[in-house]
Order: sequence, then structure tokens, then C-alpha cells
Amino acid sequence: MNIRQILDTVKKPFGKGEKFEKYAPAINAFDTFLFVPNHTTKHGAHIRDAVDLKRTMITVIIALLPALFYGIYNTGYQYYSQLGTAFSTMDAVIHGSLKIVPMIAVSYIVGLAIEFAFAIFRGHEVNEGYLVTGLLIPMIMPVDIPLWMVGVSVAFAVLIGKEAFGGTGMNILNPALTARAFAFFAYPTYMSGNKVWVSEASNLDGVSGETILGMLASGESSIPYDVSQMFYGGIPGSIAETSTFMVLIGALILIYTGVGSWRIMIGSVIGAAVTGLLFNLWGANELMSFNWFNHLIVGGFAFGVVFMATDPVSAAQTTKGKWIYGILVGLFCILIRVFNPAYPEGVMLAILLMNVFAPTIDHYVIEANIKRRVNRKIKSNLNVA
Amino acid sequence: MSKNKVLLTDPLDDNNPITVQVLGICSALAITVQLKAAIVMSLSVVAVMAASNVIVSILRNLIPNRIRIIVQLVVVASMVVLVDEVLRAYAYDVSKELSIFIGLIITNCIVMGRLEAFALGNGVWRSFLDGVGNAFGYGAILILVAFFRELLGSGNLLGVQVIPDSFYEMGYENNGMMLLSPMALITVGLIIWVQRSRNRKLIEKA
Repeated sequence: MNIRQILDTVKKPFGKGEKFEKYAPAINAFDTFLFVPNHTTKHGAHIRDAVDLKRTMITVIIALLPALFYGIYNTGYQYYSQLGTAFSTMDAVIHGSLKIVPMIAVSYIVGLAIEFAFAIFRGHEVNEGYLVTGLLIPMIMPVDIPLWMVGVSVAFAVLIGKEAFGGTGMNILNPALTARAFAFFAYPTYMSGNKVWVSEASNLDGVSGETILGMLASGESSIPYDVSQMFYGGIPGSIAETSTFMVLIGALILIYTGVGSWRIMIGSVIGAAVTGLLFNLWGANELMSFNWFNHLIVGGFAFGVVFMATDPVSAAQTTKGKWIYGILVGLFCILIRVFNPAYPEGVMLAILLMNVFAPTIDHYVIEANIKRRVNRKIKSNLNVA
Repeated sequence: MSKNKVLLTDPLDDNNPITVQVLGICSALAITVQLKAAIVMSLSVVAVMAASNVIVSILRNLIPNRIRIIVQLVVVASMVVLVDEVLRAYAYDVSKELSIFIGLIITNCIVMGRLEAFALGNGVWRSFLDGVGNAFGYGAILILVAFFRELLGSGNLLGVQVIPDSFYEMGYENNGMMLLSPMALITVGLIIWVQRSRNRKLIEKA
């Protein structure tokens, strides 16, 4: 018996008119997870493609894995190196896994429970979107956040950020960032400061677990990390955001498979680089005089731009709109970093802000296009006459 | 009589000023951090609305149409000043806490809305009931929102700690976002969600 046959036997009581018909969305979700469904949309103008939403989401998951594995290692690395004891790579990975695997489990259990409940209650199929969101949420949290806070943030993001707007594909804001923003404003002591970024830092004395941006915001000018550490990620920060190198691997996967928009990524980098360069010239505080290139590789900028700003649902859809959207994400990220000492990292708020403006950007891009074509038509008519 | 009863009960659910007419949202966000302030605010609005509805209803045939808004404003403003003075005399602490918000009842859309929509065209008794009903509908939502915000935001109800210390020792934390006004808006949104899923006739036909 192959998997297909086993699934069909299991699915029998969930069929039409059978006992568990109500719960069919739940079993269908597992089925389509394993097999590409063999039916297509029949009405309306759809772009049909061999790759469906689940396969797209799994590509994103694969792109996330390098950053996740490095994040797990870095958690242990930060912990042991701050502790000052000798440790092997294995120790670091074990410590990191003990911290991060439960967070991922909580995120998926809470999020999927809500998704399945809504699917069964509303009688539609389970949306695939949570597959990526569920992994993203723990990856952008500080390592020491209590598990129940992860759960509450996930519940908020799925309920208010997504289901209230009608589920996957309808949300205005990126759900993962909604979860982080909720945790950030609801439990600020667990989401910022110098005691949350290194595992167990609040229980240890003499640990300096401040992030680079946090140090700069508090006016320190000597950063104890060099550029290669910032790039490869051996620094304190949210779990998976520290290593720009690993994020770039993910970015290559996303761009190569066409899942993530390179226009948004490049646009953001240009926006942030130019803004950073301008502030370098001004240089009124430590964050302003922080080298523009370093601005790109510290904090969550790289991670946010590659994995969150490119979210196809909440980002701009038009080609020109993607450039505008990306550049503004970069610009606002640096602006928030530099001008608001309460938020040393601005990429979360920058992306959420641009999420809200994305439909407006698209609207004006389309309007401009219509106007341009109307003008062209008028001109050609004149020429004929 | 049953027709009059509807005036009282309708604003509580089917025609709630906040959740259905979406009026008076600003004050619902501003003074719902604490339950006590919300209760005092609700009572003040009850007094202002009942009194100004009655007065405008009495004067409704004397008010020239072209200056009716000014007349309504004068009536509402006098009632608000009265309430403010009473609060200062008998509940000074609360009055200080609510400070400018009592004065701002005058800008509450519900008050002017009911004067325009109801008191100008109905008798005294019915206008009185309508004012009281709408003020109660407004107050009910206000108190509900304030209940959740104070409970989850600061762990208190009416200033008394209700979440036991053992919770905090186990790692429970107050939700700081509940104290910010965006969360009040989201709470109102959730109330609307619950209300509409219970009360199907509120859902607009697509």
C-alpha cells in the first residue's frame, strides 16, 4: 500500500455525507501537504502554475533554515562565551535547541490550532500561510522570552492580524511582524533592553548582552565587535536575525526560485544605504555616524528585508510599486533607528508602516500607468489626424 | 408603551451608538484605561444626554431651523458645565482624573447626533427615553472595554488588584499594550465581531 492509498482509506469517513464531513478541512490540509491536489480552479481568470501555495511556502521554509540553524548555534555560542566557560559546537547547538525548539513548537501548536478551528468553523480549507509565519515568529523573538508570551503573540497575530481580515491572502500587515509588534508593545521589558538578547542573561551577573544598535542608541561609540562578526552573526540579537551571511543564502534561494521579489530586497538595500550615507555626513549622534555599510548588516535589517518585506500578501504588487515600497522600507528603517532612541531597531516598524501604504502605492502606480497610456493614445490619434 | 420600551433597549444592542452607529469612538479610546473613569464618564453622559434631549425637545418648536445647531450646542454646553461642577464638588479626585474629557462630552458625536436625529422631532418623554437609552448603550460598551483594559493591562478592577500575586510569581505579566489606545480600538473591534456573530441582522448584505 502506498501513501496515497493509506491517505484515501483514512480520508473515507471525512468524505461527503460521511460521519466527519465537518472536519474535512483538517484532513484535506494534511493531504494537500503531502500531495499536490489533482484539481484546478474552474472559474474566473487565474494564473495556473505547477507550483501551488504549499510548495511556495516550503521553499520559504528551506530558505529560512540556514538562518535558523545559525540562530540555534549562536544562542548557545552567546550563552557560553558570556559565561566564560569552555564549550564545543555541540554544546552550543544543544543549548540553543533546548531554548528554541519549544518556542517553535508553541508557535505552531497555537497558530495551527487557531487556523484549524477557523477552517472547520467557517467550512473552508486550512490556509497554508501559517507554515511560514509559525517559523518566522520564534525566529524574530529574543531568546529569553517566556513561552506563554510567544503563544499570546501568535494568537493575536493569527486572530487580529489575519483571520479578522479574512485569512491568508487578505491580511494587511505581515502576521509575523504583527506578533512581534504585539509582544514589543505589550511586554516591553522582555523585548528590549540589554538583558534579553543572550540566553539566561537576566540570571547571570556581569553579562553584557546589549545589541550593537542598543549600545549605539545609549551613546556608546566603541563597539566590541568587528565587521566580520557583524556579517557572520556572532553577536547578540533576536534569534535568527544576527547572521547577514545566512540570510543572504536564504535570499539567494528565494530569488533563484522566484518566490521572493529581488526588487524589494535591492530597493530596501538602496534606500537604507543612501539614507545611512546621508546620516554619515550629518553625524549628530552615534547612530548617525555609524558606518552606512554596518547599518545594513547589524540588527534585523537583512532578515526583515529578505523574509518579511517580500511577503507577497502585504507587500506592493506592481513592479514599479515594489521599487518604491522597498526603498521606503530601507529609508524608514534607518530613520527610525537614528531618530528614535526608544526604538534602536526600526526595521519592524518600517515594514509594518509600508505594509499599510502598499495598496496606496499600487493604486498610484496603476493610475499613473493608465494616464500614460491614455496620453499615448491621444497623441497617436493626433498624429493620425 | 412597547414602542417606548424599544427606545431604551434598541441602543443597547441593535442600534448601539458605538458598535453599530460608530459614534463616540474617541472617548471610548481615551477614558477606558480604568474602569472607574469609564463608569463616571458613562454616568455623566447619561445625565447630559437625558437633560439636553429633554430641553431641546421642549424647545423644538421654538428653535429656528437655521440656528438649531448653535442652540443645541448652548444647551449641551450648559449641561456639561453643570455635570463638571457637580463632579468637582462631590468627586474631586475623579474629576481631576477625567480632567478635560468631561468638558469634551460636548464634542461627543452621540449627544449632537441624538439631538438632531431624535429630540428635534419627538415629544419630551420619548426624547428622554431615547437620551437615556443611547447613553446607556454608550456606557455599556465603555465599561466593557474598560473592564478588559484594566484587568489585562494593570491587573486591577476599580483600582483593586484582582490578579493574585501567585500569578505574577509564576511569570504572568500585565499586557502593556492594553494601556495604549490602539488596543482599545481593537477591543471595540472584537466586541463588534462578537456582537455581529450573535446578532445576524446587523450584517450588511454584500
